[in-house]
Amino acid sequence: MDIVEILLKILFAILVVVVIMTIAAYSVLAERKVASWIQGRVGPNRTALPGLSAIPVLGRFLVRMGMWQPLADGVKFLFKEDPLPGHVKKWYYCLAPVVALVPSLSTVAVLPFGAYWVNGVEYPLVLANVDIGILFILAISSLTVYGIVMAGWAANSKYPYFGSIRSSAQMISYELAMGMSVIPVFMWANGPATGFGDLTLFGVVAAQKDLWLGIWMPLPAFVFLVSLFAETNRLPFDMPESETELVGGFHTEYGSFKFGLFFVGEYAAMAIGSAVFVVLFLGGWNFLPTFGFLPDWVANPWATWGWFGSVVSVLFFIGKTLTFIFLFIWVRWTLPRFRYDQVMNLGWKYLVPLAVASIIIYAIVIALWDTAVTVDHIKPETFGPAPQ
Amino acid sequence: MENFLFYLFSVLTILGALLLVVNRNAVNGAMFMIISLIGMAALFLLLEAYFLFILQILVYAGAVMVLFLFIVMLIDVEKGPKTRPDGLTIAASIVGLALLLLGIIAVFTTDSATSALPEVTKLPEAASAAGIPFGTSVRGYGYGLFTKYMLPFQVTGFLLLIAMIGVIVVSKKITASGDAEKEGPKKA
Amino acid sequence: MEIADYLPVLIQVLLAAALAGAILMASHVFGQRARGNYIKDKAYECGLPMEGNPHPRFGVKFYVVAMLFILFDIEAVFLIPWALIYREFIASHIPILWPVMFFIGILVLGLAYEMKKKGLEWER
Repeated sequence: MDIVEILLKILFAILVVVVIMTIAAYSVLAERKVASWIQGRVGPNRTALPGLSAIPVLGRFLVRMGMWQPLADGVKFLFKEDPLPGHVKKWYYCLAPVVALVPSLSTVAVLPFGAYWVNGVEYPLVLANVDIGILFILAISSLTVYGIVMAGWAANSKYPYFGSIRSSAQMISYELAMGMSVIPVFMWANGPATGFGDLTLFGVVAAQKDLWLGIWMPLPAFVFLVSLFAETNRLPFDMPESETELVGGFHTEYGSFKFGLFFVGEYAAMAIGSAVFVVLFLGGWNFLPTFGFLPDWVANPWATWGWFGSVVSVLFFIGKTLTFIFLFIWVRWTLPRFRYDQVMNLGWKYLVPLAVASIIIYAIVIALWDTAVTVDHIKPETFGPAPQ
Repeated sequence: MENFLFYLFSVLTILGALLLVVNRNAVNGAMFMIISLIGMAALFLLLEAYFLFILQILVYAGAVMVLFLFIVMLIDVEKGPKTRPDGLTIAASIVGLALLLLGIIAVFTTDSATSALPEVTKLPEAASAAGIPFGTSVRGYGYGLFTKYMLPFQVTGFLLLIAMIGVIVVSKKITASGDAEKEGPKKA
Repeated sequence: MEIADYLPVLIQVLLAAALAGAILMASHVFGQRARGNYIKDKAYECGLPMEGNPHPRFGVKFYVVAMLFILFDIEAVFLIPWALIYREFIASHIPILWPVMFFIGILVLGLAYEMKKKGLEWER
């Protein structure tokens, strides 16, 4: 590992962070635009850099749709007064936004977002291809709860306090359902066709060439998606900031970019959560499932296009993710908020039993399938080397 | 590089634990404990025990510490009372420290081949004799857990069941007929 | 799988922390200055003076949820290595389905007990 390699890795990491932050910033704009469409309004439509509309042909398009709104928002956050109220616990008050943002940006390190092909063999485009992939994402994103707890506690005020207590109970409840709903996925993905034995997200995508798991496992996919909404505190579950009862929830006492970090962190978590859902249940960057009878190239038509194919696979993956971000926004402006007891009852009395039931069902179905169809055709060499 | 990281995370772990003990503010203590647990997780990572690394974060830093923070917030203790340790506490801590020092001296002065330390780091003989691949990958854990160690695994299931019943018992008032009494009004 | 594979994770964590820290610093440096006043230094309660303890007590229910979460989380953690080796064990005819179904059965028993005793019920 020489210095050039490390520098390259750092450069790659910066690139990924920039992309995630851009997606998060434009999700905010998308949220406002979609909200306005749903409610029959116009939404942000005139923020633009001065002089842009003077450019002959392009200019008319560059000032549309409030395209520069995220930039304006950022600049506004930056130049506002950075308040530090006297009643807060100063150290934890400043630390909380950092703790809320860092986990969601760190999980992206193990998330594969595309592939490249060398001599027909697929390799993932990922910062760290570690064999505990999904566990890493679950574990690190569970640390987000400390940012919220810390913020609520440090603000030294009633509403943030209640918001943070509620939200942490909610997040740990749905984390459980989420963790259980991925078990059938990995049970299936570590099959004879794809090789046995690890938790990488790349392996899951590779296992979905024939059939996307969202089709074959709709129940875990549903549990995962609902838990994802609750984990990212999105609207039917936005207990921590239910503004009609708790003012602003855990960030009531925050202002300026400290509030902005919570905001960006939430949208980054939403973007990364959508990406994880796409990887687990919608075939990642695969074009279409082959269903076992379509020709192989349908899964990755761009596999033979060299570096351009990789770019297309990344773009296709981002496109799928953006669709899911749109779903998040759509749901937010369609469904009303649950009451808190409904949230907790849904999590514990419906989603957790559903997740357990899906583990049992898929274990039995896979066992029957394997004993009936697959076992006799397995060659010993597909087992791979014994683990070290 | 790895040596440097080892020393860094060791210092983080020990310092976090030490500050946890001496800090009188309960919330600060909980935060230092999180730091200590994450440092320990990093040490597991440096030992190439990746599964243990992530379990340390998932279970201890992610679940157990949330419970601790809840307790600290629930009973709302920020500053513990300032008490002078009594004679017994002082005597016990002196004996404990002396034993620790003795252990450290014993480890560093005796011949490393015959001391107790290498013995505990050896692979268990039974594991390799049974043909179970002994390793730190998740798969390795699976091989061991669901063949040789199946019985302890099932016993753990019963332990967790007992703990679940315990949760109900400590949180609900059980009446003579065995039914849980209705709780009083809650605030949040 | 080597330890070096985790270097990008370390880089990512440090980068994220540095980014968040830098943003906070920039916000502090570029932000407008204003004198603090009495109202600003009080907790926000919709314009009324703050009343009572800023950290009121909350229901023991939250504590119960946290305890149950730990227990079920440990159960789930045991199932993860199982999911990895499941099809491999089936392929080599090692009994794996029913022993683990027994374990899950105990988990379901616990879950049913919690439901029966209304340990999961969130009273309004």
